[in-house]
Amino acid sequence: MQDLSFITHWIDNLFRVVLGCPDWLTVTLECVLLGLVLLLVYAVLALFYIWFERKVCAAFQCRLGPNRVGPFGVLQPFADMFKMLIKELISLNHVDKFLFALAPFLVIVASMLAFAVLPWGNGLQAIDFNIGIFFLLAVSSIGVLGILLAGWSSNNKFTLIGALRSGAQMVSYEISISLSVIAMVVLAGTMSVQGIVQAQEHCWFIFSGHIPAIIAFLVYVIAGTAETNRGPFDLPEAESELTAGYHTEYSGMHFGFFYLAEYLNLFIVGGVASLLFFGGWMPFHIPGWDGFNHIMDYIPSVIWFLGKAVVITFVMIWFKWTFPRLRIDQLLSFEWKYLMPVSLVNLVLMTLVVVFGLYF
Amino acid sequence: MANIQETIAKQFPEVEFAQGETLELNVPDAKWHDVAAALKNDFGFDNLRALIGMDWGEQLGIVCYLVNSKTYEMVRVKVESDGRENPFLHSVTDLFAVAGIYEREVFDFYGIKFIGNPDMRHLFLRNDWVGYPFRKDYDTNPALNPVRLDHEETQDTTVEYVEGPDGKIHTEEHVIFQPEDFVVNIGPQHPATHGVLRLRTAVDGEEIKKIDLYLGYIHRGIEKLCEGLTYPQTIHFTDRLDYLGALMNSHCLCMCIEKAMQVEVPRRAQVIRCIMDELMRLNSHLLAMGTFCMDLGATTMLFYALRERETILDIFEKTTGARMTFNYNTIGGVRQDLADDFVSDVKKLLEIMPEAIKEYNKVFTGNIIAKNRMEGVGVLTPEAAVDYNVTGPAGRSAGWNYDVRRAQPYGIYPELEFDVVTRTEGDSMARFKARITEMEQSCRIIAQLIDNIPEGEICAKVPKVIKLPEGHWFQEVETGKGAFGCYIESTGTTSPWRMKFNSPCFCLAGVVDHLCRGQKIADLITIGGTLDYIVPDIDR
Amino acid sequence: MEVTTKSMPYEDWKDNEYIESLVNELKASGTNVIVGSLDKLINWGRSNSLWPLTFATSCCGIEFIALGAARYDMARFGWEVARSSPRQADFMMVAGTIVHRMAPVVRRLYDQLAEPKYVIACGGCAISGGPFKNSYHVLKGVGEIIPVDVYCPGCPPRPEAMIYAIMQLSRKVKVEKFFGGVNRKESQKEFLKNHPISETTN
Repeated sequence: MQDLSFITHWIDNLFRVVLGCPDWLTVTLECVLLGLVLLLVYAVLALFYIWFERKVCAAFQCRLGPNRVGPFGVLQPFADMFKMLIKELISLNHVDKFLFALAPFLVIVASMLAFAVLPWGNGLQAIDFNIGIFFLLAVSSIGVLGILLAGWSSNNKFTLIGALRSGAQMVSYEISISLSVIAMVVLAGTMSVQGIVQAQEHCWFIFSGHIPAIIAFLVYVIAGTAETNRGPFDLPEAESELTAGYHTEYSGMHFGFFYLAEYLNLFIVGGVASLLFFGGWMPFHIPGWDGFNHIMDYIPSVIWFLGKAVVITFVMIWFKWTFPRLRIDQLLSFEWKYLMPVSLVNLVLMTLVVVFGLYF
Repeated sequence: MANIQETIAKQFPEVEFAQGETLELNVPDAKWHDVAAALKNDFGFDNLRALIGMDWGEQLGIVCYLVNSKTYEMVRVKVESDGRENPFLHSVTDLFAVAGIYEREVFDFYGIKFIGNPDMRHLFLRNDWVGYPFRKDYDTNPALNPVRLDHEETQDTTVEYVEGPDGKIHTEEHVIFQPEDFVVNIGPQHPATHGVLRLRTAVDGEEIKKIDLYLGYIHRGIEKLCEGLTYPQTIHFTDRLDYLGALMNSHCLCMCIEKAMQVEVPRRAQVIRCIMDELMRLNSHLLAMGTFCMDLGATTMLFYALRERETILDIFEKTTGARMTFNYNTIGGVRQDLADDFVSDVKKLLEIMPEAIKEYNKVFTGNIIAKNRMEGVGVLTPEAAVDYNVTGPAGRSAGWNYDVRRAQPYGIYPELEFDVVTRTEGDSMARFKARITEMEQSCRIIAQLIDNIPEGEICAKVPKVIKLPEGHWFQEVETGKGAFGCYIESTGTTSPWRMKFNSPCFCLAGVVDHLCRGQKIADLITIGGTLDYIVPDIDR
Repeated sequence: MEVTTKSMPYEDWKDNEYIESLVNELKASGTNVIVGSLDKLINWGRSNSLWPLTFATSCCGIEFIALGAARYDMARFGWEVARSSPRQADFMMVAGTIVHRMAPVVRRLYDQLAEPKYVIACGGCAISGGPFKNSYHVLKGVGEIIPVDVYCPGCPPRPEAMIYAIMQLSRKVKVEKFFGGVNRKESQKEFLKNHPISETTN
């Protein structure tokens, strides 16, 4: 497996040795560079997902989807973004202007921070904490704050109901997400993101952890879909009930931030799922089949990671375009009565499996 | 019927009787409430089918059609008011729940105030509207009622006219929403109201406490327009009422005019009308199902339903030349003959429909989320269905076995074999399933007819200038939403004195508050979707 | 300059004179090269990303649903992102009759749309009142209360006609100037000045 960390080392070297920058400048420059790269990846991924979802849902609905702007309509989201960037930002009366403007940034910052710890490839990671997973869970919960603020500061009854729904929903489903993540951490024995990936070198957790891992995966995908506010859990922005939910009053790029963050959160959930259950950037290895494993190693690790994330998000898009929406009481009772007990039991099960060494 | 006449005459000697299409009672206002109570309690006329405001020139008044929900008999009651200046009539809201909304309509258009109706506000027109537009002496000067761009004030109180023991009438004020209520304004521009309906909804958290209905956001004054047109000119309006039941609506109006003229419609035209009606019903149910699923968040189902709907529209288009507003039925028959490949197209449709229905059930009906969303939501009891005059699939799924095609047979329906789809649960699931079963029954009817379309004329010979004799006629058909009625009162000229379209959706909208209380906001969407009202049909 | 959209030859459009007059107007105002190419980029974005407001009152609305469905599939052009909130939509398809009671609501919806905003009057009723022109409660065209960019006749217009109408709108957007206002017969500001909310119009 090719280690891509040589790129980062080369850049580090460039600054320190070739250009002779002092330590503090190097770190600052590297941070700026990294930030720019992440932002770029962020934007491209969001645009890709907008296009991807529109194409996929068109395919489910016997339609063609965008195909006029660029080949297969790939430039469609770019056109949308150009338009959104220059669209009027309506300033409203009777709103808390500061909080109103802050909300979309909170939402987008939350998803952007999560990008820092995702394992993009072998050696490609902004930062490798020893509590990487913990950090990921923590920052992704900031998003709900943004949504609550958006709903409350808009001074509109629909947005308020949307925000309250969102608050109740995300706080509840966070529990299931965390529990299933903890179950996998128990199996990995580490919270470091790269550590978790390395632990899956020979066999992905979904296979090595067998029953409890599969349960954890199912719980994670369901709760993750809820966490991203997507169908069938899209109550906070239920179009038919609350016009556009918590972002009803947002226009222009403010709305664009919510729109982008939705797709980025989708990707983050997919990325974390691939990290926890499908080995992150680790290629598919079957113990004993050396030839096969070597061939798999030739596929770059970035492709492995992105590919897995896209496949998992495809399944989540599939959910959205198949299922009807839940009602708020059903949504909450599903979490508190079924999903959380299941994930608690699963955590115990996983612990037992690990203690008795019943995993592969 | 004779029995009714005898008993009522004994009890109320003031009542005059006549025999037209049905037994007709001419009741003075003072006795109207008592007669209605007697008809309801002693003779089982518990369903107020229509309450039609009238302007006879000298007096204003109402014409009511009451239906016995078990035997399907019908009586007509006419009540006149004293003069035109400040007309009062007694309300029957306490006997028939649907009367509340009907009487508000009459008040809005004719200015007749109903004593005892707890809510006498404008229903269709703005609060600041000047005059009563359906009166014959209404001043149409646009300066009186210009296009106002300012928002009307929302009233949170309403008045009731109460008759004191001494016969004096005074007003009482009722509060609709308390100041502490959290009132969400759903509509008129809202994706789930299927048009421009406005529901002011008081909620307690997610729970609905009360819904106040505002209509008239697409009130086009069709009935009033008809009074200025000749009979053939009025037919195209029916296509634009409930645009998903266009052919059935125009069938109704044409039958009503034909009945008045005593024209015999050729057999071929009858069969074509029947096939077209059933295709239209398929179309209506498909779209109702699709949009309902979309409201619940299952957008994909909408596209599946529209896929089959396009096939039906193709069939219509080949024969009538239009996709939605056909103007196909005409007095005496139909306008054009069938297209050459009509039969083969319909047969193809009949082949794909069972498969399609299976697919719908697989994708949506069996889905656990869909089940949870629909089961036990918005339960309508058969008594409430009769009380609120909820006909069509919604009424039948509540257990009221009323289908105009069987109850008041018309056209060639008596010869056909089909089941009246009745369910007992009365919840949203029942309404949804009833529609799907009705689609199967429609296919069954079409299958019986498609090979047996007789040769012959497609339109009877009718005079060039159509004049109806003096009199009044009421005709009903079963549309996709329920019993659609058409009432014509003629003074013997080429245009109607009064033409009333008694729309099923109007009553469906009236029952929303009753069904939604205590349910969640999301259930409002479920209930609205399964009731399947079409707003232009409500507002006319 | 031939203003057209993909897969539609210039000659097939019905009203090239009107667009040409807009183009000439644009040229006459003398835009410089940098602003011109920036305009082009912006207009490319705007014209290819027209999001409708889900707004329909009657029959035309059903045809608008059909427009989104598989056979006519407006998603091909990128118009399928129908927003329920007027703040996020680009154009408003006034599909159906507008009556007196609805008029203030339509006006408010128009005011709530974020700039740049466009209006398509769809169907006979929205253009002139249609078959209900003589009614006491029907507006004789939505043009009385909001400025209209494209008129799309029909009762209801076929989905093809609606596609053509939105393509016309997209073409109109292409010859706009970002720096210098919107091309309309009567500018939006003038229109709103002549049709104030507080006073009443006939």
